[in-house]
Amino acid sequence: MNEKRIRILVAKPGLDGHDRGAKVIARAFRDAGMEVIYTGLRQTPEQIVNAALQEDVDAIGLSILSGAHMHLFPRIMTLVKEKSMDDVLVFAGGIIPDRDIPRLKEIGIAEVFPPGSPLQQIVDFVKTSIRTADL
Amino acid sequence: MSQAKRREFTTVSGHPVKEIYTAEELRGFNPELDLNFPGRFPFTRGVYPDMYRGRLWTMRQFAGFGTAEDTNRHFRYLLEEGQTGLSVAFDYPTLYGYDSDNPLSQGEVGRCGVAIDSLADMEALFEGIRLNRVSTSMTTNAPASIIWAMYLATAEKQRVAWKDLTGTIQNDILKEYIAQKTYIYPPRPAMRLVTDIVSFATRFVPRWNTISISGYHIREAGSTAAQELAFTLRDGIEYVEYCRRAGLEVDDFAPRFSFFFDIHNDFFEEIAKLRAARRIWARVMQQRFNARDPRSQRCRIHSQTAGVSLTAQQPYNNVVRVALQALAAVLGGTQSLHTNSLDETLSLPTQDSVRLALRTQQIIAHETGVANTVDPLGGSYMVEALTNELEQACLDYFSRIDSFGGMIEAIEQGFPQREIQNASYEFAKLMERGEKLIVGVNAFTSGDEAPVEILEIDDSICERQCGKLEKLRASRDNRRVEENLSKLDKAARGRDNLMPFILDCVRSYATLGEICDTLRAVFSEYQEPVSF
Repeated sequence: MNEKRIRILVAKPGLDGHDRGAKVIARAFRDAGMEVIYTGLRQTPEQIVNAALQEDVDAIGLSILSGAHMHLFPRIMTLVKEKSMDDVLVFAGGIIPDRDIPRLKEIGIAEVFPPGSPLQQIVDFVKTSIRTADL
Repeated sequence: MSQAKRREFTTVSGHPVKEIYTAEELRGFNPELDLNFPGRFPFTRGVYPDMYRGRLWTMRQFAGFGTAEDTNRHFRYLLEEGQTGLSVAFDYPTLYGYDSDNPLSQGEVGRCGVAIDSLADMEALFEGIRLNRVSTSMTTNAPASIIWAMYLATAEKQRVAWKDLTGTIQNDILKEYIAQKTYIYPPRPAMRLVTDIVSFATRFVPRWNTISISGYHIREAGSTAAQELAFTLRDGIEYVEYCRRAGLEVDDFAPRFSFFFDIHNDFFEEIAKLRAARRIWARVMQQRFNARDPRSQRCRIHSQTAGVSLTAQQPYNNVVRVALQALAAVLGGTQSLHTNSLDETLSLPTQDSVRLALRTQQIIAHETGVANTVDPLGGSYMVEALTNELEQACLDYFSRIDSFGGMIEAIEQGFPQREIQNASYEFAKLMERGEKLIVGVNAFTSGDEAPVEILEIDDSICERQCGKLEKLRASRDNRRVEENLSKLDKAARGRDNLMPFILDCVRSYATLGEICDTLRAVFSEYQEPVSF
């Protein structure tokens, strides 16, 4: 079967430099056969959405540990909608308290993975979500 | 087949450990040369002869949030509780040299630390706290010279002489490129700022600790214990070399260097790491740099329990992890210690969880008896063998880094960054396969979790901070600010020590962002080679 490779952007919004999680998950996606683009640190919402658009990705994984997610994620989702990228799967990981998750899901963040989430679970989530969307 | 036969026994860093250690592992080991007494070269057993009998380690909890006024209230509370040392956490905009009203600061102001935009904020941070009565540790790196200048200017305002100031600025820029990533300028101009601070302090603020050479962030980024040890000490070597090239005598500045290590879960490996660090540093200083003053050879250590080891799942388990890590730090002979709070994987800690973390140290200090005897594990076949093995692994890394031409060259070629990335991915895979177990995460996950309380950071901080900035810009002498910034620009293009110029900018209430922008224009901004 000629399956298209999933293209995924791993992005670090906000000012925190904690990139261990972002790099580990980027590598796990690559090992799972995806094409991975990693933005590097300190990306603004505009830079992230533009990169996603230019790279024509199927998914954006946001990693943030600074606590600024409630400011930055809504901005990212607004831009995603403005650019008509509604078919792009956006999900997140990092230090995100449970109380914030319902609001993030409301604005279109598909899933939030807390610290310690198994890599395979995240990989499977991306594969399943994108394959389901393709049907 | 029993599981024990198939499993490999390794430390959390993947270092193999034996079932039993005997005198066999210590052949060639010379207790007089390799250990000696505590307080004597090579200081393996401790930097002071009587260690905690003379004085317990300093219990120093890192803190900061919101505006300077908010943190000032917290500091006064800590001082009333009997703490004598303060440790300031700055927010991300401050660490990166952006003012609070910079668009990039949105959502970050006052969130992970206190927001400092100008001398006015520093004055407010220490309002009612006499700077000759406390020792202050400030975790600042890329803009360290500016933050420190604000502290020195605050002392002037309080009429406290600089020679009476004690404290520490982290000022360890190399580990920023390797791990923590709060860099601004490229490594070489950044090293000039570091050596300017060292040489200024050596002349004018002699009791100040000028660099806290840090392995903590390297370990948190996913390194092994050996990598943490090696990259940290090799960073230390780089600083000594650069300071000597700047014309300083080693025994004039090296006594003011100190170290900062992470204390992870692997109990004996961490104890061995601190012992190895002292022995390696003493020998490096004596043999590589010909340091004569024993104070230059002493590796004084601040430790912090491993934030990275804490779990969001079953967060109360973190109390136990922190206690065991803190015990390892003490058995390893640390000079000061920060214990993490159980809720730190979720947000900044609440006051209650900080108190529990502090109580953990107090229980170790006053109830367990471990502080009564110096280096109680000295002579243990296992601990001595692990200490030797970590030392050897560290020296092997030194040769590899030397072959790049030095640490800066190795960083520019991405060597330490790659080593850490690989180690961190390897560990993630071991966890994924269940070969390393983390309680509550990939083992023993059943059971109800009692929720923990989470600290709320007030969203109005940014507004308040931006309001203060607006007032400041309207009320200060803007012509003087311009003049001082332009003198700094000129000096940065030359070779003078920049501290006096930065001090003048700060005294005229130039903002952190304005001063950093002036230097950005001369030095440019560092672009990290992206890899994973």
